[in-house]
Amino acid sequence: MALPARWKEKLEAADPADEIMEIQMGPSHPASHGTIKFNLKLDGERIVDCDVEVGYLHRGFEKMCEQGTWTQAFPYTDRLNYASPCINNVAFALAVENLLDLEITERCKYVRVIMSEVSRIADHLTCLGMAAGEIGAQTVMFYMLEAREFLYDLIEAVTGARLTITWCRVGGLAHDLPADFAERIRASFKCLDSVLADCDQLLSRNRVFIDRMSGLGIIPREDAISYGLTGPLLRASGVSYDVRKANPYLVYDRFDFEIPLGERGDNYDRFNVRFREIAQSRRIIEQAMASLPEGPVSIDDPKIVMPPKERVYNSIEGLMNHFKLVMEGIKVPPGETYTAVEGANGELGFYVVSDGSGRPYRVRVRPPCFFGMGALSQMLIGHMIPDIITTFGMINMIGGECDR
Amino acid sequence: MLIEKLKERFGAAISEAGAAHGQEFIVVARDSLLEILRALATEPGFEFNSLSDLTAVDWPERKPRFEVVYNLNSLTRNHRVRVKVPIPGDDAWVASAISVWRAADWLERECYDMFGIDFRGHPDLRRILLYDTFEGHPLRKDYPYQKRQPIVPEVDSIVNPIPMSR
Repeated sequence: MALPARWKEKLEAADPADEIMEIQMGPSHPASHGTIKFNLKLDGERIVDCDVEVGYLHRGFEKMCEQGTWTQAFPYTDRLNYASPCINNVAFALAVENLLDLEITERCKYVRVIMSEVSRIADHLTCLGMAAGEIGAQTVMFYMLEAREFLYDLIEAVTGARLTITWCRVGGLAHDLPADFAERIRASFKCLDSVLADCDQLLSRNRVFIDRMSGLGIIPREDAISYGLTGPLLRASGVSYDVRKANPYLVYDRFDFEIPLGERGDNYDRFNVRFREIAQSRRIIEQAMASLPEGPVSIDDPKIVMPPKERVYNSIEGLMNHFKLVMEGIKVPPGETYTAVEGANGELGFYVVSDGSGRPYRVRVRPPCFFGMGALSQMLIGHMIPDIITTFGMINMIGGECDR
Repeated sequence: MLIEKLKERFGAAISEAGAAHGQEFIVVARDSLLEILRALATEPGFEFNSLSDLTAVDWPERKPRFEVVYNLNSLTRNHRVRVKVPIPGDDAWVASAISVWRAADWLERECYDMFGIDFRGHPDLRRILLYDTFEGHPLRKDYPYQKRQPIVPEVDSIVNPIPMSR
C-alpha cells in the first residue's frame, strides 16, 4: 500500500528524534471521562504544548432553562454536576429566592446545609476514588465507591433518587427528611470512617502514589487567582477562600469548621485538601443534626409553593392554585442576581435574569471546573503524558457541568 | 459604599450605578471598559483580582441589543461588583480582558460561541463548546431552540489532516 505523501515526507525527514509529534488524546479515552480532547505537541514523551478541547457534552443547558418555568429548570440543574446534584439544586433555588426577596424557613436552611454537605462528601469520594483508580490504586477506588454507595442510599432515602434528585423547590423542598434520618446518617458515617482510615493507610505513605502526585501540575497562587480557580484547586495553592466562610449563605455562619489549605498547589495538595474537607463536612453535618429545628420545610405562600395534593384533589381553590403554578409558573419580579455557593469543585454561581414573566429570561451558570480546565494547559506543559491522567483527575472535571 | 467609591474614581465613565438584592452594579461605556476593568483589578481599595463570571444577555427589542456582564470578586477585600456594558447588535464587540484576568480567555471564547460577540484583542477567539462548522449563535433570542443543524460531512483525517488548533 502506498503511503500518503505527508507520511513519506515525515519519514524521510532528517532525525525523528528532533521531531515534535502532534497527537490527539481523547475524547474516547477512559481517563478523559469520554468528553475531553487533548491536542498535544510532544517531544518524546514530554508535553511541549497542549490545547484542551471541551464541549463534547454540551446539551444547551442555558437555552433549555429559558423554555420552561422557573420550577422546570430544577431537573436541568441536577444534570450539571451529577456527582453532587443537591448543591446545584440549592444554588439555583437560592438565586431565585434572592430575586423574590424570600426568607425560607429555619428547618429548610438546616436541611439544605446537611444535604449539601452529604453531596460534597459523595463528590469528593468520587473524585478521589477515581483519581486513585486511574493511577492503579484500584482498592482505594472500590473502597471509596463503597462508602459513596452508603451516602447515595442516604440521598435516595431523602429524595427518592440517587442522582437526578430534583429535590429543592423555590421556597423550600419537595420532602422533609425521613423519620429515621439520624440513625441512617450515623450508620453511613460509621462506614465512611472505616473507609477513610483504610484509604489513609493505603495512600498516605505509599511511595508510588506520592511520586505520581507530588510536584506535578503546580499552579502558583497568583496564577490560580488569575485563572479564576476556586474551591479545592484554589485552596491547594494556599489561598484561604471558601464561599461558605467569605459570604456565609443559609446557616453556615453558625457552624464551626476549618478550611484545609495546601502549600504548593500540586496534585498531592489537591488530593489532600479534598481528603481533609470530607472530615470538615462531616463536622458540619453533625453540628447541624444536633441543632436541627422543628417546623415546616417550605414557606406558606400559595403564589410560590405547590399546595398539598389533598387540597388539589378535594377543593376548587387548591386545584386552581395548582393549575396556575404549573401553567404560568412562579411570577418572579424583573431583575437580576448573581448568587454563588461553594460547590464541591468551587464557586458555583447562578446569574439569573427575570423579565417578570413566569419564565427565566436568562440562566447562566458559573461552572467551577470550566475554570480549572482553562488552567489545565499551563499545569501540563513540561510534564509527561502519564501526568495528564493525575492532573486531569485532580481537577475533577464533571462533563455535565463543564460543557453544560 | 463601594458604589460611592466607584463613582468618585471613574466619574462620568459610569453611566448608571445602583444596588439590588444586596448586590452592586455599574454600567459603563464600551470605550472606557478595559481601562475601568484594569483599574478595578489592580487599584488598592478595589482589588477585584478574580473574574468570577463573564456572560452576555440578549435583549432583541432594546437598543443597544446586547449587554456584556462581568461579575467580579475580590478575594482580598471580600466584595463583589457587577460591570455591565451595553453594545449594539449590528456592531457587537468589546475589548478583550485577557490581559487583566487569564480566566477571560475561555469565558470570552464561550461568550463569542454563544452570542457571536467579538472580543477585540483576544489572541485565539474560536468556538469552545460547539464545533467550528456550527451555524449561528444559540443563546441569541432569535435562535429557535428546536433548530436542527446540518449534518457535518465526514472527513478522512489521513487524507485531510485535522489542523492543530494552535
